[in-house]
Amino acid sequence: MATVSIRGVHKRYDDFHAVKGVSLEIKDKEFVVLVGPSGCGKTTTLRMVAGLETITEGTILIGDTVVNELPPMDRDIAMVFQNYALYPHMSVYDNMAFGLKMRKFDKAEIKRRVSEAADILGIKDHLHRKPRQLSGGQRQRVALGRAIVRNPQVFLFDEPLSNLDAKLRVQMRVELKKLHQRLGTTAVYVTHDQVEAMTLGDRVVVMKDGLIQQVGEPLELYNHPANKYVGGFIGSPAMNFADVTIAQNGSGLVASNSAMNIGVPEHLAAPLGPHVGRPATFGIRPEDLRLADGSEPAHHTFEAVVEVAEQLGSEILLDVSCGPSSMVASVDPTVRVKPGEKIRLAFNPHRAHFFDGKTEMAVRG
Amino acid sequence: MIEGAIWRRWVFFYIPLALFLIFLLFPFYWMLITTFRPDGELYRPWRAANYTPFWTWNPTLDHIKYLFRETMFATWLWNTMFIATASTIISLICGVLAGYALARLNFPFAGSLGTGIFITYLVPQTLLFIPLSEIIRNYKLGDTPWSLILTYPTFLIPFCTWLMMGYFKAVPKELEECARIDGASRWQAMLYIIIPVAIPGILSAGIFAFTLSWNEFIYALVFLSSPEQKTVPVGVVSELIRGDVFFWGPLMAGALLGSIPVAIAYSFFVEHYVSGLTGSVKG
Ligand SMILES: Nc1ncnc2c1ncn2[C@@H]1O[C@H](COP(=O)(O)OP(=O)(O)OP(=O)(O)O)[C@@H](O)[C@H]1O
Ligand SMILES: [Mg+2]
Repeated sequence: MATVSIRGVHKRYDDFHAVKGVSLEIKDKEFVVLVGPSGCGKTTTLRMVAGLETITEGTILIGDTVVNELPPMDRDIAMVFQNYALYPHMSVYDNMAFGLKMRKFDKAEIKRRVSEAADILGIKDHLHRKPRQLSGGQRQRVALGRAIVRNPQVFLFDEPLSNLDAKLRVQMRVELKKLHQRLGTTAVYVTHDQVEAMTLGDRVVVMKDGLIQQVGEPLELYNHPANKYVGGFIGSPAMNFADVTIAQNGSGLVASNSAMNIGVPEHLAAPLGPHVGRPATFGIRPEDLRLADGSEPAHHTFEAVVEVAEQLGSEILLDVSCGPSSMVASVDPTVRVKPGEKIRLAFNPHRAHFFDGKTEMAVRG
Repeated sequence: MIEGAIWRRWVFFYIPLALFLIFLLFPFYWMLITTFRPDGELYRPWRAANYTPFWTWNPTLDHIKYLFRETMFATWLWNTMFIATASTIISLICGVLAGYALARLNFPFAGSLGTGIFITYLVPQTLLFIPLSEIIRNYKLGDTPWSLILTYPTFLIPFCTWLMMGYFKAVPKELEECARIDGASRWQAMLYIIIPVAIPGILSAGIFAFTLSWNEFIYALVFLSSPEQKTVPVGVVSELIRGDVFFWGPLMAGALLGSIPVAIAYSFFVEHYVSGLTGSVKG
């Protein structure tokens, strides 16, 4: 078990700056998820921790050791790859035993550890098979088994579930979580699926263009996104945005554009003060919108036109247009609306977000 | 398979296939029939009433007997086998190591080095034998098997390197990375993971190299002179064509017997060989 410290790490390929100064302190036994769009440098960061990629600038520590110059074999880590990378010419048993053989464990110990891992993962009956005779889920388990038999200090996962079908992915996600609770090994997990990130991570790191956008516990990211990008990335369906201008209105502030004119919630009035007369972005999650029923103050509602109504049983997703912006509202499943109908939506003022028009940083109360 | 009416299948599939097969296999058939045809029939004028070019009623083993009794065919076979095997082994070892390095180690100019190696393969042997014969003479290797064992790799190594490079590139990089994380050194990762996975590729390179050196003619003709040192292709041609007299029977018998080991090598490895060419590695 160990901590991992990534300090000011850069990665430059010949003509491409893939990671631009990433710093991250990972605590012992923590499960940290790196999430972000394709090409944002998640894999590159992970591979630098693994020692598969040289570090252009900065330092990485595992425990108290600087590992910048350490070859992968001496870092005491295990990695699970997206395509599993099982050795095709070896049986499942030999696949799992390979790392132990290389480290000169004695035969009995290897046998004990492999069967223990096979037990945990439920692949005891397949130990003599070759990887090509296994299903995707079984291969995934073997890849996990190969990682856990060595009992390393850190697990590194690079999109381990992305080759599985949707149902199996959910199932393996739960198993991974259980496995981590049982073993308590520090883990760094890369994915581009925000649901995976939210469900698995003790902390989630959102990356974009080689930079960390925000680090935090899943709920913190969900409730208090640091910028517009994180707000839109975390949560499904995604947060709605509307470009507005902030203006003074008596004692309060209003945010308005051609289609809406809403009051800024009180707790945001002070921090938004300096933004008066400037553009900003109003952000609201679909689940924080509902049909107005007259009980709410008028300045916390706005008008919209229904375009499509998607009945999901537990909720209805309304795709609406509101002037220049299109939004999604998640409303009660009993609501009856028709496409083209004009409705009034109310938003929860405590869960409204405002982002600076230029820097896109969140304006916090 | 071609869909649709039966005639379409015949016109677009069976008939072209049959023509192709006849075109390819007829020389072998001719070789076979000439081997077993008695001399009397062989030299019969084509206008004779009983002229039967495509079959014989009196098969004979005379030509094969002649080959083994009157010429040193057995020695030639042995020479060819020894030379082909030795140069194949040398070339495979060099080719596998070089191919691995070019495919996997990121050193400066790896790309241009790879192209350079391929270009040496393109230099025609008909030019290369001139400087090589100088070298062979200087090292006093002329008329020994070593003159060929050491010169065949000049074209076999580029060939094997190029083929293995392509094959190694098709092996997922993660396999090796995983082995390195598992605690294998670069050598161990290559030895325990990459080479076993690349066995089909190595077999195809080996078969090709073996066939190329088995059939090689120019170097063998230039570097070997005494009959007991010759290889099958040179021996057959130089001992069974005297002036403008062609001993067709023994010639064809020699060609037939000479191609049997290669045919065996092919059929023995054909499964690996095919999968080697299609590069099927599953993760
Ligand atoms: N060997 C390389 N040479 C040059 N550029 C590279 C190399 N490897 C990766 N890159 C670039 O670095 C950037 C980050 O790549 P990386 O693999 O870390 O992305 P990622 O976040 O893992 O994306 P994905 O979700 O698609 O796996 C990409 O734009 C990629 O094109
Ligand atoms: Mg990636």
